[in-house]
Amino acid sequence: MNPTHNHFPEGPSFRSTLNTRYRVASVWQALFFSALLIAIISLTALIYDVVDGAFGYVAYDYKKDPATFTSTPLEDLTKEELLTTLQANLSSGAYNKLNNEKAMETRLRGELYTLFLERLIQLDIKKTWSFTESIMRAGAIRTEAAEKYPDAKLEFRSWLTPQFLTSPMSSKAEFAGVRTAILGSLWLVGIALLFALPLGTGAAIYLQEYAPKNWLTGIIQMNINNLAGVPSIVYGMLGLAIFVRVLAPLTSGSMFGVTDTNGRTVLSAGLTMGILILPLIIINAQEAIKAVPDSLRQAAYGVGATKWQTVWHHILPNSIAGILTGSILALSRALGETAPLIVVGASTFISVDPRGPFSKFTALPIQIYQWTTRAQSEFHAIAAGAIIVLLVLLLTLNATAILLRNRFQRKY
Amino acid sequence: MQNTQTPEYAIETKSLFIFYGSFAAVSEVTMKIEKQKITAIIGPSGCGKSTLLRAFNRMNDFVPSSYVTGEILMQGQNLYGKEIDPVEVRRKIGMVFQKPNPFPKSIYENISWGAKINGFKGNMDELVEQSLRSAALWDEVKDLLKKSAYELSGGQQQRLCIARTIAIQPEIILMDEPASALDPISTLRIEELMQELKKNYTIIIVTHNMQQAARVSDYTAMMMIDDNRSGGVIEFDKTQTIFTRPKDKRTEDYVTGRFG
Repeated sequence: MNPTHNHFPEGPSFRSTLNTRYRVASVWQALFFSALLIAIISLTALIYDVVDGAFGYVAYDYKKDPATFTSTPLEDLTKEELLTTLQANLSSGAYNKLNNEKAMETRLRGELYTLFLERLIQLDIKKTWSFTESIMRAGAIRTEAAEKYPDAKLEFRSWLTPQFLTSPMSSKAEFAGVRTAILGSLWLVGIALLFALPLGTGAAIYLQEYAPKNWLTGIIQMNINNLAGVPSIVYGMLGLAIFVRVLAPLTSGSMFGVTDTNGRTVLSAGLTMGILILPLIIINAQEAIKAVPDSLRQAAYGVGATKWQTVWHHILPNSIAGILTGSILALSRALGETAPLIVVGASTFISVDPRGPFSKFTALPIQIYQWTTRAQSEFHAIAAGAIIVLLVLLLTLNATAILLRNRFQRKY
Repeated sequence: MQNTQTPEYAIETKSLFIFYGSFAAVSEVTMKIEKQKITAIIGPSGCGKSTLLRAFNRMNDFVPSSYVTGEILMQGQNLYGKEIDPVEVRRKIGMVFQKPNPFPKSIYENISWGAKINGFKGNMDELVEQSLRSAALWDEVKDLLKKSAYELSGGQQQRLCIARTIAIQPEIILMDEPASALDPISTLRIEELMQELKKNYTIIIVTHNMQQAARVSDYTAMMMIDDNRSGGVIEFDKTQTIFTRPKDKRTEDYVTGRFG
């Protein structure tokens, strides 16, 4: 052995310390793996729960026999036949009201068919079953339906149909759709982006490139970071106080001659969402601007560029992908926000599309919230359908962000 | 290039101090840089070589809390005078950096951008070709002008940066260890290029490499930190003198490799 003093274990005792080290490592590894496993299980449970609600058996009957209106089988009715039948059997007041919402001649066959089912034969849902039940207990469901609802038809259906996407809100779950809510959500994030992207990018450029580093900018920076974590309901209160109340002449459109509305418009809500995502956009844009290397700034200054020329020609073009990526991620937060919309006053029942910034509106999360609070199980089924729509929208946004980031990634 | 007051000098400093806050990074530098010559600034790490170099085109302005006292005179004008705009200084005194830093744009735009923002009115294609020829890069890139500058090798990128600097037709070119990130062959090409460029420009180069200073420069300034950790020029003379018969013991120790 080494003649000088040796404090290290050797041979078998070294082996045993080594084994202890490996054991500790594998315990930690197992812990991390179980964390991952729990996350995956939660995610799977979420998706399962949503899908479970959106598909399944449904028992329904007609309050009036279709034969009293037409002799043709329902599926074979043409658009013209549907139109004449509706005209003949609806009261003229009801017909005119529908005609005013959208001219009957311009409606598609599917829309007229829905009206036919809803208004004339009055399709009525007796009971719905979840996807799991429908698969596992198909036989039991059939006997149950036959016993309890002898007149009803039993059918396996998806609540998420093209018609569901294109129909406006309805008081009957089987005819309700999310078109109004999707359009409302799109208006909302559109206005929020229009408001917050230029403002946030400008603020980020000022903070990164122009502002001196002193205690004042330090406080401002700290506040922006904290604002990103403020609960969204607080932004809702802010939006209610400022956009709905104080700025009512602007947000209601009365300044521009719009009379039939108050401050609870899609504009107010969009601006509130804009304020909500502003700190996120500023922080993300600052990170993107920070990622532009100093060597590039020096190169520009070195050939006699002014600060503005450096910002405009080099810093912005090289950080724009990062700024957009961050903004899209902020938008997907806005798309899912519910609380501020309730405060600002989204309508829970509205069947007309938003036609401009001064329209009343609803949004997907509001619609989902409202449907899930209803007692009837068929509303839970369409809520599940709407959740799938919302998730697809969110995934699309996030995928766009990832694509943008990969497309414009730069190597300096 | 007329200069009525000090015809043989491109630029001179008088009792120049450069401060970062209360710390004097460079103290008491008074030197005259001769026109159309290469002046090398050498010295151990942290002695303020780069700081001094960056003072010449006011690049230190971007470091918060930095300021200078004393004067840097170019054609009799103090570059730190109140009426002087630093952008104008940088247009007259170009700079090549340690790491090649072309713009993430095409080779053509790398050259033309500086000229464009400075209001160049002549024929841009000619300017680009002429600048690339002066930087000994034209033959290699004449068919790749639309390609990204990032597709060039490190040595080519550095020559592109030199071409970019030449394109705004400065009077002085500052080089901050321009070859330290390059291989020996690329370094040699840059050194050959400098010999060509000094026919038209005054060059000030900071280098860690004493052989390089000895090979390329006409004058050498030796910098060293004093007891307050503040850098100063301890000896400034013809390069030959500095490397063969230095007056200061510390210079002799440094150039012979006894410390540094």
